[in-house]
Amino acid sequence: MQIEIRHIHKRFGSIQANDDISIVFPAGRIVGILGENGAGKSTLMKILSGFQTPDEGEIWIDGQAENYRGPQAAIALGIGMLQQDPLDVPAMTVMDNFTYGAPGAFWLGHSHLREQIQSTSAKIGFDLSPDQMVNQLSIAQRQQLEIVRLLALGVRTLILDEPTTGISSDQKEQLFHTLMELAREEGMTILLVSHKLEDVITLCDEVIVLRAGKLVGQREMPTTKSELVHLMFGQQLTEERRNERDIAQSNIVLQLDDFTVETQRLSVEPITLSLHEGEVVGLAGLDGSGQQPFMRACTGLMKGAGGRLRLDGEDMLGRGYGEFRRAGVAFGAAGRLEEGLIAGLTLIEHVALSQASDHWMGVLDWQKAGAEMQTRISRYDIRGAGEDMIEALSGGNQQRLLISLLPEQPRLLVIEQPTRGLDVDSVRAIWGQLLARSEQGAAILFSSSDLDELVTYSDRILVFFEGRTHLIEDPSQTTVSDLGHAIGGAFDSVQGEHVRA
Amino acid sequence: MNEALINTLNSLVSNATPLVIAAIGETITERAGVINLSLNGSILLAAMVGFAAALATDTLLLGLGAAVIVGAVIATIIAFSTIQLRRDQVAVGFVLTLLAAKLADFLGQPLNSASGPSFSKQPIPLLADIPILGHIFFEHNILVYFSFVLVIGCWFWLFRTRPGLAHRAIGERPEAAYARGTSVNRMRYVYTAVGGGLVGLAGASYSLSIKIGWPSIISYNGDGWIALAIVIFAGWHPFRVLLGAYMLSALRAAASDIQKSSLNIPAELLNTGLPWILLIVTLILVNTGQIDRLLIALPARMRGRFQALLKSDAPAALGERFEAS
Ligand SMILES: Nc1ncnc2c1ncn2[C@@H]1O[C@H](COP(=O)(O)OP(=O)(O)O)[C@@H](O)[C@H]1O
Repeated sequence: MQIEIRHIHKRFGSIQANDDISIVFPAGRIVGILGENGAGKSTLMKILSGFQTPDEGEIWIDGQAENYRGPQAAIALGIGMLQQDPLDVPAMTVMDNFTYGAPGAFWLGHSHLREQIQSTSAKIGFDLSPDQMVNQLSIAQRQQLEIVRLLALGVRTLILDEPTTGISSDQKEQLFHTLMELAREEGMTILLVSHKLEDVITLCDEVIVLRAGKLVGQREMPTTKSELVHLMFGQQLTEERRNERDIAQSNIVLQLDDFTVETQRLSVEPITLSLHEGEVVGLAGLDGSGQQPFMRACTGLMKGAGGRLRLDGEDMLGRGYGEFRRAGVAFGAAGRLEEGLIAGLTLIEHVALSQASDHWMGVLDWQKAGAEMQTRISRYDIRGAGEDMIEALSGGNQQRLLISLLPEQPRLLVIEQPTRGLDVDSVRAIWGQLLARSEQGAAILFSSSDLDELVTYSDRILVFFEGRTHLIEDPSQTTVSDLGHAIGGAFDSVQGEHVRA
Repeated sequence: MNEALINTLNSLVSNATPLVIAAIGETITERAGVINLSLNGSILLAAMVGFAAALATDTLLLGLGAAVIVGAVIATIIAFSTIQLRRDQVAVGFVLTLLAAKLADFLGQPLNSASGPSFSKQPIPLLADIPILGHIFFEHNILVYFSFVLVIGCWFWLFRTRPGLAHRAIGERPEAAYARGTSVNRMRYVYTAVGGGLVGLAGASYSLSIKIGWPSIISYNGDGWIALAIVIFAGWHPFRVLLGAYMLSALRAAASDIQKSSLNIPAELLNTGLPWILLIVTLILVNTGQIDRLLIALPARMRGRFQALLKSDAPAALGERFEAS
């Protein structure tokens, strides 16, 4: 089916998210939708898939103007969208999720739908077991469930929003293979929203680029990466690499010996690792592979289960977060608005809060906090005012604020997903700040689902898979795709060693 | 079996009935993601209005109807103020529970200690003849039978029907429900009102069946809060609601026995204190996942079947507002 959009406009308050966009998506093609964060990609796709209604403009499907509201109506017209966080119900089984929304009788009689799940997933090479609970599936499997569900509902155009975040290279290959087949053999239209150039280059027949709500370019593939970057940002960015430094000579900040961590679901195998001043160690792995409890155990937020943990030579196993903090450990959580920042407070209040313990009996000095905020706003290039509520800031600015609230000279900085969901500009600003601290002697432990980021910024990479770990000593010898295999459990694809003493 | 014991069990079932009805009502509401915290006040007001209506018209069914309307109206106010006016559910529910209790007190004064109609026992032919069980379960009034049907019906609805699937989904993940074409907020209105109607019915079953009249229900004041706790204890599952209500009713019977045995324990403590203490203990057990551990002990094959029964997690979107896009 062919979709044509004409003069689509969409505003949110003062932000023009989509500004007069007109494009044709022909049948049987895979089209990449590129653009930096906030360019308006998701908005446009949500309009197509019925989640949002345009302020102005028309959508023509197979030569006919269609005026629809709601995702269900879009699906009925054959347009389905796989959201970045798949829209399923985690507390239900695969079967229930599949059934819900599919046409059928009042009573839940599962048999023909059960067959439909199995046949549809077999046809496109997926493997879903109907009785599994969705909250026990990986992101890749949840995506598969949504794709199978949408296909079974007769969708002819499939929109995917950042589908490769949080899945392994193997899973990505499988997904891409399936998408390719759907386009080539079934004549489906695939729209892939992404800010990862590699994904778009490997998969797409054609790319459109949005910037600040406008359509700024449309290219047939293949084309060069630098041209796409140029279209996305309006300027050429240069690849950067870290300065070589000799860290092996510097003092050890964090020393782990046979250190283990356990959660209800997972126990992490003993880890032995020395982290030196100025060193950056990246933690790679799919969500839930053990890196998250490991990081929390390194900050005292969780108790380590066994082995030794020494900070600057002092035994810290079993102590609490407060003591870790006094020993110079700082922690930045992945959930910016859940754990890191407090929705409903202004920027100044955040600064005041971070310094509250310095004040006599906790009385706040607003003037000082205000002045401090101003210096941070300019130092960290935060776009916002001191009186703004935190949720009014964009993701990149929230993250900059979060980084600015970390202590200036920590011994050990543990930070989860420092740049998740941020565009290239913000990523650089954040890493500029992090690396400045590492040059001053802080050791950094960070996790990321962005393999490029891991390879670019880490001195060493610790890969997690189902609680097993593997240390990559020299990431510069590792390619992103090897690392992608490693996080899927294929440790032999990268050099290095098992982190067992 | 000892006849006294059988009699005790029989009254235990009938005394638990309002709790069962109210807690199922709240389960229906909370499964849709809305918290109706007004239970205690709603029950009192509905008990008073239900009794007054039955007295005035001399028709029990009209009494029930009036009580159901009271409960449903209060619940609808909560739905309206949280969905339309974007107020906090907990705050609104709390204010309404106080308001409704005061209102019942004030408006109910003329009724004080009037005697009026009440439901009488109607043993079910054949079933009542079953030895032991027949007497325990099938020699009651229709409200008790209704509570049986309600529990089973609610379970069927939630876990065996398509609209029930959607019902659970709007409490778990309204965004996903919306994406599948369910009108989340409209259905939340419906389930909140239905649940509130049942809470109202529970009120009437105090004043028209258990402690006839007004304000005799005062000795059960606090049951609304207990019903709320039972829902949590039950992990939002109808069968466990029934179990929880019966267990609580058994505790009360035991407490009053101990009291009669004239040990030197203050009656107040036993009557009101003990159930609360036990509730707190069970809630702690439930919330620390002790019951969920049972699941892990089961053989893998049976896990799926017992998942819904033993799971204790609240609906994930409980108390959260939903706005499409
Ligand atoms: N529901 C919304 N309410 C307010 N602003 C929004 C909403 N959705 C998106 N925006 C704003 O619109 C702009 C475009 O967002 P989006 O389409 O998500 O961009 P992209 O997907 O390219 O990152 C951003 O500035 C974003 O903050």
